[in-house]
Amino acid sequence: MKGRNPALIWVGAGLVAIALLALPFALAQAGTAWVRITNFAILYVLLALGLNIVVGFAGLLDLGYIAFYALGAYVYALLASPHFNLHLPFWLTLPFGALVACLFGVLLGAPTLKLRGDYLAIVTLGFGEIIRIFLNNLARPVNITNGPQGVSRIDPFRLGGFDFGKSETLFGLAFSAPIKYYYFLLAVMIVVIITTIRLQNSRIGRAWEAVREDETAARAMGIDTTSIKLLAFAIGASFGGLAGGMFSAIQGFISPESFVLVESIMVVSMVVLGGMGNVWGVILGAVLLSFAPEVLRYTVEPVQKSLFGRSLVEPEVIRMLLFGLAMVLIMRFRPAGLLPSAVRKRELAERKE
Amino acid sequence: MDIFIQQLINGVTLGSVYAVVALGYTMVYGIIQLINFAHGEVVMIGAMVAFSVITALAPGGWPPLMVVAAGTIVAIPVCMAIGYGLERIAYRPLRNAPRLAPLISAIGMSIILQHLALLVWSRNFIAFPQIIKSEPYHIGGAIITNVQIAIIATSVAMMAGLALMVYRTRLGTAMRATAQNPQVAGLMGVDINRIIAVTFLIAAALAAVAGVMVGSYYGIAHYQMGSLLGLKAFSAAVLGGIGNLPGAMLGGVLLGVVEALGAGYIGDFTNNWFGSNYQDVFAFIVLIAVLVFRPTGLLGERVGDRT
Repeated sequence: MKGRNPALIWVGAGLVAIALLALPFALAQAGTAWVRITNFAILYVLLALGLNIVVGFAGLLDLGYIAFYALGAYVYALLASPHFNLHLPFWLTLPFGALVACLFGVLLGAPTLKLRGDYLAIVTLGFGEIIRIFLNNLARPVNITNGPQGVSRIDPFRLGGFDFGKSETLFGLAFSAPIKYYYFLLAVMIVVIITTIRLQNSRIGRAWEAVREDETAARAMGIDTTSIKLLAFAIGASFGGLAGGMFSAIQGFISPESFVLVESIMVVSMVVLGGMGNVWGVILGAVLLSFAPEVLRYTVEPVQKSLFGRSLVEPEVIRMLLFGLAMVLIMRFRPAGLLPSAVRKRELAERKE
Repeated sequence: MDIFIQQLINGVTLGSVYAVVALGYTMVYGIIQLINFAHGEVVMIGAMVAFSVITALAPGGWPPLMVVAAGTIVAIPVCMAIGYGLERIAYRPLRNAPRLAPLISAIGMSIILQHLALLVWSRNFIAFPQIIKSEPYHIGGAIITNVQIAIIATSVAMMAGLALMVYRTRLGTAMRATAQNPQVAGLMGVDINRIIAVTFLIAAALAAVAGVMVGSYYGIAHYQMGSLLGLKAFSAAVLGGIGNLPGAMLGGVLLGVVEALGAGYIGDFTNNWFGSNYQDVFAFIVLIAVLVFRPTGLLGERVGDRT
C-alpha cells in the first residue's frame, strides 16, 4: 500500500456515499424503470459477491449457483404470499431463506467437494437443473410450488406500518416503492461487501486462497480442505438465498423461468469479467453486465432501425453473443478480469518471468 | 413385463445416442483432460443443419433414406468445422492456463453457438420432418420402430468404426500415445497439436450424426437442446469412466436404460407422487452417485487426479 492521505479517503468515501444516496432520485427523473433496473443490478452484485466467495476465493467453479437464488426466492414466496396463506414478516423469512439455501449448499457440497474442479462444475450444473425441474413439477400431487405458473402476489417487505410496496412522501421527497427497496438493498449490499472483505482478510480467507492455489500443499499445512471448501459453498449459497428472498419481494411474482441455466452463467461471467477474487472487480463486472442489456436496448435497436429500417437482431440475443464473446476474449487476453485481484496479478507477473 | 421390454427398447435407443455423444466427451477428455463444454452445442448444430437440408430436399421426391443421408453428410463437415474452431479458439491458446480458464472460454463458445443458432433457426421448437415413415415391429408385446433400429444400428456401426480407428490405425496409436503422455508422444515424433485437432474433428463428426439421430427420434429440434443432451452424455461418459472409449459406450447405453426404466416406473414406486416428468433428474442422480462412490467410473482404471 502506498501512503495515502486518510483524510482524502474519507472525503472520497463521503462523496461516494452522497452519490449513492442521491442516485435513485436522479434516476427517478429518467423514469422509475431505471430505479428498478438499478435494484436488479444490486441483486446481481449480491449474487456475484456470493459466487465470488465460491469461485474467486476458494476456486470452485459453481455453474448451478442460481439454484440457491431460486431456493431463497421460493422460501420467501411460499412463506409470504396467499399461496399457502402465510404472511410471515420478512425479517423472519429472509434469513430463513438464506438458511435453507445454505443447507442445500452443504448437502450438495458434502459429497461433491472431494472432486476436482471441472467435475464439480458439471455436478453443480446438474444440481441447478434438478432444482429447476423440481420447482417446475412440485405442483402435483400436493401443490407446493405451483409449477410453471409460479407464485404471485408475494408480500412486499413490511415493518410495522412501513410498507416497502407503497409510495409515500417523507420530508417533501417522493419515495416510490423501488426507491425504498433501493435503500434497503444498498444497506444489505454494504453489509455484504464489508463481510466479504473481512472474510477475505481473515484466517478463513487465507485458507481459501491456499486451497485455491494448491490443495495438496494446503492440506499439508494443516488446513482441513474439505470443510473449508464446504464453508465457502455454504456462505456463497446463503448470500444467494438472501438475494433470492429480496428478489421475490421486489418482483412480487416468481416462476421457475427466472432461474434457468443462463442466469447461472450470467453470474459466472460477471465474476469472471470483473476479476475473480477481487471484490471491487466483481462489483464492477456485475454492474456492467446488468446494465448492458438496457444500454443495448437503447443503442442497438435505434442503430438497426436506422440502418435496415427494422430491428433484425433482438438486443437480448446480442447481449448473449457479447457475453459469450467476452468470456472467450477475457480468458484469452485478460484471464484475471478487468480488475484483477492482487494475488492473481502477482501470479501472472511471476509466470512472465 | 411388456412395459419393461418397451422401456428397455426405448432406453437402448436413447442410450446409443448418448453413447455416441459421450464418446466425443471421453475422447477429448482422454487427450487433454478437459471437458469440452460446448460439445452439446455441436450436436445441436448437427441437428439444425440436417433439419434445414432435409426440409429443403424433402419435396424433391427423393427416397427418404437418401434425403436423411444427405442431411447427415452436410451436417458432418459443418460440425467438424465448428469442432475445429472450438479447439483453436477456446482450447489451444489456453492449454497451459489454469484449468478453469478453458472451461469458461468453452462456456462462452457454447453461448455464442446457441445464440447464432437462435438467429438462424429462430427460438421456436422446430418440427423435424418425419420423412422416414415409422413402421412398428412387434416383439413380445413391445414395439420397436424402424427408426429405433436405424439409430441403434448406426450407433453400433460408428462405435465399431471408431474402435477400429483408435486401436488399429497409426492415427489411433498416436492418439492413444498422446492421451497417455503428450510430452513423450511429442518426443516420439507425434504432432500433438494435429492429434488434438483431429480428436476434436472426430468428436464433432460423431456429434453431427448424433444430432441427426436425436432430431429424427424426438421429431423436434431447438437451439437449447444441446445443453441437456450434452450434460447427460457427459454423465454417461463419467459413468463409464471418462477417458475410456468402451466405458463411454457402456455408460451411454446404461444411462439410457436407467432413464427409460426410471421414467417408466417412478410413478409405481412412489405411489404416483413423482411422474415421468422427472425423467431428466435421473442422469444427474447417476452422475452424482458415480462421482461419490466410484469417481473412476465403471471401466475407468486411471485415477483422475492429474492436476
